Amino acid sequence: MNAEELFTLSLKAIWGNKMRSFLTTLGIIIGVFSIIVLISIGTGLQSYINKQIAAFGPNLIDVMPGNMNSIAGMAGSMTEKLTMQDAKNLKRKFINTAKVAPTIQQVANVRYKNTEDKNVFIIGTTAEYPLVAQNTKVKIGSFFTRGQEISKVVVIGPTVLKKLFNDKPALGKKIFIGNSTYSVIGVTDKIGSTFGIDMDNMVYIPIEVIRQQFGSTTIREIIIAANSKELVPIVRKQTKEILLKRLSEDEFSVETSESISSTVGNITGMLSVALGGIAAISLLVGGIGVANIMLVSVTERTKEIGIRKALGAKRRDILLQFLIEAVMISVTGGVVGIILGMVASIAIAIVLVSSVTLWSVLLAFCFSVAIGIIFGMAPAIRASKLSPIDALRYE
Amino acid sequence: MKAADEIIRMTDITKVYGVGEAETTVLKDIHLLVKKGDFLGITGRSGSGKSTLMHIIGLLDSPTSGSYILNGTDVSKLKEDEQAFQRNKEIGFVFQQFNLLPKLSALENVMLPALYAGISKNERAEKANMLLTMLGLENHIFKRPNQMSGGQQQRVAIARALINDPELILADEPTGNLDTKSGADVMKTLKRLNDEGKTIILITHEHDIAVQAKKLIQLEDGMLIHKGKWLTKT
Ligand SMILES: Nc1ncnc2c1ncn2[C@@H]1O[C@H](COP(=O)(O)OP(=O)(O)OP(=O)(O)O)[C@@H](O)[C@H]1O
Ligand SMILES: [Mg+2]
Repeated sequence: MNAEELFTLSLKAIWGNKMRSFLTTLGIIIGVFSIIVLISIGTGLQSYINKQIAAFGPNLIDVMPGNMNSIAGMAGSMTEKLTMQDAKNLKRKFINTAKVAPTIQQVANVRYKNTEDKNVFIIGTTAEYPLVAQNTKVKIGSFFTRGQEISKVVVIGPTVLKKLFNDKPALGKKIFIGNSTYSVIGVTDKIGSTFGIDMDNMVYIPIEVIRQQFGSTTIREIIIAANSKELVPIVRKQTKEILLKRLSEDEFSVETSESISSTVGNITGMLSVALGGIAAISLLVGGIGVANIMLVSVTERTKEIGIRKALGAKRRDILLQFLIEAVMISVTGGVVGIILGMVASIAIAIVLVSSVTLWSVLLAFCFSVAIGIIFGMAPAIRASKLSPIDALRYE
Repeated sequence: MKAADEIIRMTDITKVYGVGEAETTVLKDIHLLVKKGDFLGITGRSGSGKSTLMHIIGLLDSPTSGSYILNGTDVSKLKEDEQAFQRNKEIGFVFQQFNLLPKLSALENVMLPALYAGISKNERAEKANMLLTMLGLENHIFKRPNQMSGGQQQRVAIARALINDPELILADEPTGNLDTKSGADVMKTLKRLNDEGKTIILITHEHDIAVQAKKLIQLEDGMLIHKGKWLTKT
């Protein structure tokens, strides 16, 4: 029998059993589809988070109250033991090696004439802030200088500019934050959103001023940017030493971009494993579906094989027919699954995050096609070993 | 001991099913000589081993021991694929259950043995068409088995048995699932094929069907009897 005859034969068998062929293909489509989509989401999430962390700059060291690595420390994050004095001590120490910017965060309503922007993120900080938080750049006007650190001045984010001033020039205008007036001296460049928070719906005011207005004495975060990547470990070590003079181990934590991204990496890694597990389960379910359909038709197919053998089919003829049939079904299912999976991944990327990886496509395809072929061939291999009469009589 | 006019020469053929306690000897010391152009009827009680014998003659099953020469070839020691080749070339089957492939049309069913014989598609179709017409099925060529009567299905099966021009036709209870009229038609066809030179072996337990064969043998206790005498080595 030549190749063309074999193909016609297999196509006829596929067409002759539309329901079986359809269900088998469907099982494979589901398997391939879910692997691609779930792995895309996992990978997308990971690269999204890495990008967000990288946006802060590689030389970043972050000091926060409390310590997430211990129970006592978690309670510590509520007590807020960090003070302005700690920031000053650090600043003095790192005069040549790093920039230090303490921050206080507050949520308040901001108003210009009759227009109000509710729940704006207020960051109280020092003049070093733009040097430390490298994703914050001033586009119009300027950030407050050291000399302005006790003046009622404000730098606003683009979202606030849009809401209060409808994107019209705002420099020199007076706005209300809570019930005090501040004059606008600068507008920052667009940052976008990080972890779902609009980083542009923010205003920056001097830390001393915010402390007076809102009465808070402790600080939320001290951001330190080492002057070079090489200095990061030393600065981190020294930061710890300085803070330990006054605070206990549980009352603060010092993280670097690297340590944050490895912590987050662990979490997303676990998430990826979980998604992979779900994908594996759906693949298994798809595989069981395929196997089930193939096994249900074993009697019918064994009888068919018996008849074909009685009429002179050789073992090779039978095996090739079934192999081609299984390959055609699996590959069709695999290709459809890939297309649907990629389309879905791209659609998900619009609202959430996901990125299709070549290896997941290959993995999904190979695995599913293998399942299709194994389960498609199994009855044929078994039946082709029976004597023609045993195959004919198979019940 | 090879005669040109012999198509089957079986010597000492036995068939044993099962092992140990469950061992049953279905065929013992079968000696069978069939000449070309014979029309041999084989009868016997139900369970006497008629089908078993036919499956061995048709190379669908292997004997436990003994030698079997089919049309000049010793087929008792052939490998599976060589048996398939012999079966395809030398033998046409007509089964009680028809054994047509349900998803294929009458034409495609008839064409199957020729497909495995490597005959080109056009030639196959032409020949199958001719055979179906000869058997009066010209209006049913594209029907599937479940769209045809039993008698029509059996005629499709006969057409299929003929497509590779085998010398030997094996029919196991070909009329068993048919009414009297269709059964008579099938018998008429078999007789005509015999007149045209085909060797026919017909298995049946119906007396009035059996008597239409030229020579009648009986299977009893796993051995063959002809005109009241055990068939032994010749
Ligand atoms: N695969 C098998 N395993 C064990 N025993 C078998 C097998 N096939 C047939 N037999 C036994 O061999 C004997 C002969 O069976 P066979 O089918 O040849 O009888 P038969 O003469 O064709 O009967 P019937 O007229 O009912 O068709 C029976 O007793 C049967 O039980
Ligand atoms: Mg029988």
